[in-house]
Amino acid sequence: MSNDTLPAESAAPSAQPAKQEKPASLWSDAWYDLRHNKVFIIASIMVSLFVAVSAFPGLFDTVGVAPVTCQLAESRQGISAAHWFGTDNLGCDVYSRVMHGARVSIVVGFVSAVVTGLVGGALGLLAGFYGRWVDVILSRVAEIFFAIPSILGALLILSIIGRDNAGITSVVLALAILAWPMILRIMRAAVITAKHQDYVVAARALGASPGRIMVRHILPNAVAPVIVVSTINLGAFIAGEAALSFLGVGIQSPQISWGLMIADARNRFLEAPLPLLFPALFLSLTILSVVMLGDAVRDALDPKLR
Amino acid sequence: MKNPSIDTHPPADEVAQEPLLVVDNLHVEFATRQGVVRAVNGVSYTVNAGESLAVLGESGSGKSVTAQAIMGILDMPPARIPKGEVRFRGTDVLQLSEQARGQIRGQRIAMIFQDALSALNPVFTVGWQIGEMFRVHRGMSRRDANNKAVELMDRVRIPAARQRVNDYPHQFSGGMRQRIMIAMAIALDPEVLIADEPTTALDVTVQAQIMDLLAELQRESNMGLILITHDLGVVADVADKIAVMYAGRIVEHALVHDIYKNPAHPYSKGLLDSIPRVDMKGQELYAIKGLPPNLLNMPPGCAFHPRCPYGRPNCVTDVPPLYEISGTRGSACHYYREVLDGTVQ
Amino acid sequence: MGRFVIRRLLQAIPVLLGTTFLIFAIVYALPGDPIQALAGERRVDPILAATLREQFHLNDPLIVRYGYYLRDIVSGNFGTTFRGLPVSTIFEGKFAVTLKLATTALLFEAVIGIGLGLWAALRRGRWEDKAILAFTLLLVSIPTLVSGFVLQLVLGVQLKTSLGIAFFPVAGVQDGIRSYLLPGFVLATVSIAYLTRLTRTSLMETLRADYVRTAVAKGMPRSRVLGRHALRNSLIPLVTYLGADLGALMGGAVITETIFNLPGIGQQLFTSVYLRENPVVVGIVTVLVLIYIVANLVVDLLYAVLDPRIRYE
Repeated sequence: MSNDTLPAESAAPSAQPAKQEKPASLWSDAWYDLRHNKVFIIASIMVSLFVAVSAFPGLFDTVGVAPVTCQLAESRQGISAAHWFGTDNLGCDVYSRVMHGARVSIVVGFVSAVVTGLVGGALGLLAGFYGRWVDVILSRVAEIFFAIPSILGALLILSIIGRDNAGITSVVLALAILAWPMILRIMRAAVITAKHQDYVVAARALGASPGRIMVRHILPNAVAPVIVVSTINLGAFIAGEAALSFLGVGIQSPQISWGLMIADARNRFLEAPLPLLFPALFLSLTILSVVMLGDAVRDALDPKLR
Repeated sequence: MKNPSIDTHPPADEVAQEPLLVVDNLHVEFATRQGVVRAVNGVSYTVNAGESLAVLGESGSGKSVTAQAIMGILDMPPARIPKGEVRFRGTDVLQLSEQARGQIRGQRIAMIFQDALSALNPVFTVGWQIGEMFRVHRGMSRRDANNKAVELMDRVRIPAARQRVNDYPHQFSGGMRQRIMIAMAIALDPEVLIADEPTTALDVTVQAQIMDLLAELQRESNMGLILITHDLGVVADVADKIAVMYAGRIVEHALVHDIYKNPAHPYSKGLLDSIPRVDMKGQELYAIKGLPPNLLNMPPGCAFHPRCPYGRPNCVTDVPPLYEISGTRGSACHYYREVLDGTVQ
Repeated sequence: MGRFVIRRLLQAIPVLLGTTFLIFAIVYALPGDPIQALAGERRVDPILAATLREQFHLNDPLIVRYGYYLRDIVSGNFGTTFRGLPVSTIFEGKFAVTLKLATTALLFEAVIGIGLGLWAALRRGRWEDKAILAFTLLLVSIPTLVSGFVLQLVLGVQLKTSLGIAFFPVAGVQDGIRSYLLPGFVLATVSIAYLTRLTRTSLMETLRADYVRTAVAKGMPRSRVLGRHALRNSLIPLVTYLGADLGALMGGAVITETIFNLPGIGQQLFTSVYLRENPVVVGIVTVLVLIYIVANLVVDLLYAVLDPRIRYE
């Protein structure tokens, strides 16, 4: 509303600006949205639960996963009070193993997302901010990595590394090495947009150093899409780990991973489906919760993408 | 007569009296998350054949919404027309079936838009888009329609029309694109042409050419022309009469020379004073203070009062009716006489 | 148009070179003895190792070795298995299976994805739209690994044992096209979800476009406004997505083929990983990556056909 040019009586009650509680910034705005988003609340509870299980699987299991708890004589049993999810081919308790399998999924998912977010984000910031040859080189390299479908590339890397060296670290590496270019592209585009905003041009005109402009002015305004895509990628990483472990190049026994459990139960699946279905169910629930989280974060941070 | 079912509907004597297009007490509102926005509040105007009416106002004044309501291209919902009539040759088109309106829209009442680049479909050639009018509404063959498109492009003076008929919109300059929009709109000889800010996106020199073209086409075909604009300077040579809109209402309507000579509403006066003039060189340009009102939360009384330099206490409380000054003139200001005389301070 | 095609083809060359070099680097430059890496866990006889070093040009500089590798790819030589069989012969017959599977998946994806997406966009904000969005959320969350086994159990086994309907074979390709229905759908699930969302967004954006309003103002019937003016524009990103996805689906077929025991390239890849036949793994991955890149290239050219703005850039 305008500054009134009329005398004071014009300031009638209804002439006041429309009531619009505009939060101060993108972040507080997003946080406000998220707190009132049912999907976000449900997803957060689910993710917290999975994180808790992966941090302290021992608190959630019933008999533990030590080899001694497996009784070959009790193999492929159905659901019972002793074995909530039945037993697998080797007579191990499926429920306890599912609880312990959460760790690999959660750790691989989050670490891969953070690593690709940081690497891709940093390189994208440099490429977008400096432009010219920095941009040309980084973008070309990213394009090459981008051209390899991630599951194939990871499969290749892991089979060359060999099973003896396989583990969480190598799986994260194999997944992250082909996923960072996507983040780079997104960050680069966001930085280029932010770079031409008036306040950045103004800061530059006032003589702020490049480093300061990057960190203080561009980064806070370019990081939102990276967070959105990284959250959505979480689900892809978790699915990727399961696939690689299923194919035999990822997590190796005696470590426990849902993908590995599915692979182990596969041969007897049609007669004894439970040892496969339960890790499959938890795998899907975990992915569902992070995908929901990603959707909610996207809606909050970037309404245009909806 | 292109569509007898509409023309013969009212009694013949009534048709003779009724102007070509009458907008009568039109109200349009939008349902939004913040509440109901009353974008148009009782707008009335008439356009006769061969006459051009300029509808003037800032963005948000309801001038485009009125035009879209006439065309029937508002998205409903969220839009709603709770009251009012749009009579075309005596028939209230708001009451017609969607099918009957489809017979009027584009064929008898046509419209051109502000930004021709986005208003033309990027994936079809301009010839296809102009020819579509003939293929769909007249059942012409592809080839005949294409020839018609070339004719029309010639008529709106696009050079080398025959060579360019198969080009895509993005291959034309802004002015040429607007000519293509115009060619498409006049394709079926409409009786009313609505031009919604047709020159706003163009360079000043091109603006004048497009305006001249519109005026010429109108003279040739005796169309009724509604020119929607926020720029009083653009319409002076083309318009016969002017309706000034503010906050969803008409605040003044007059013949164009009357309003230029002596506006009867403080808002029209403000608009006129803010046109740069050669004889005022060196003086500070006038600007109306403040911003247009929030349609969700209109000021009581006269909607213009917070910005009005003449505001009196009763402006805050009483909504001014459209006072009739003469047969061709009206003003929605309690103090229009003082504004006209220049005695108000 | 011609210039665009040539420029795009030229742009593809560095990517092809870079990608093959990357694969080459992964195989030969990762820490460890490349001979040992190629041999997997078999013990390598020193004399054989020396022969292999010679054969694989391991004593030459890296760039020269890359040259040899590139020459092999161009001449269709993707290496030899330990049993001395050229990797290229492994592709015979298997390639067709994977292509059929990916094509089936693509058809499911196109029909279901575009259909649901259009439906959701036209019913925007109503319960149908919300239900479709929730459904896509579910599809994205269930990886092929899970949907494959579950559908195999439910449609392949339970349907047969409980209702006597043996329509969906559980494994193999003996039943012609029917063998591909279930695996094709499984392979398509995640893509269906993405395509549905993409279609929905794309059509919603187009429906808001000024030129759609123009078409309405021209008095075009609603069916024509939707079918010609809006759909034509919103299809552009969808066709390109589908085209690029064919390459991705072939690359992603490894899990599906393993679950349904389809004798395609993916299953061969799985077997070779299992048997630690690294040359075969490298060969197959190289071929699939090349297919993926070529599919993307074709799609870019297709884009120019569909969108005149790009053609005349």
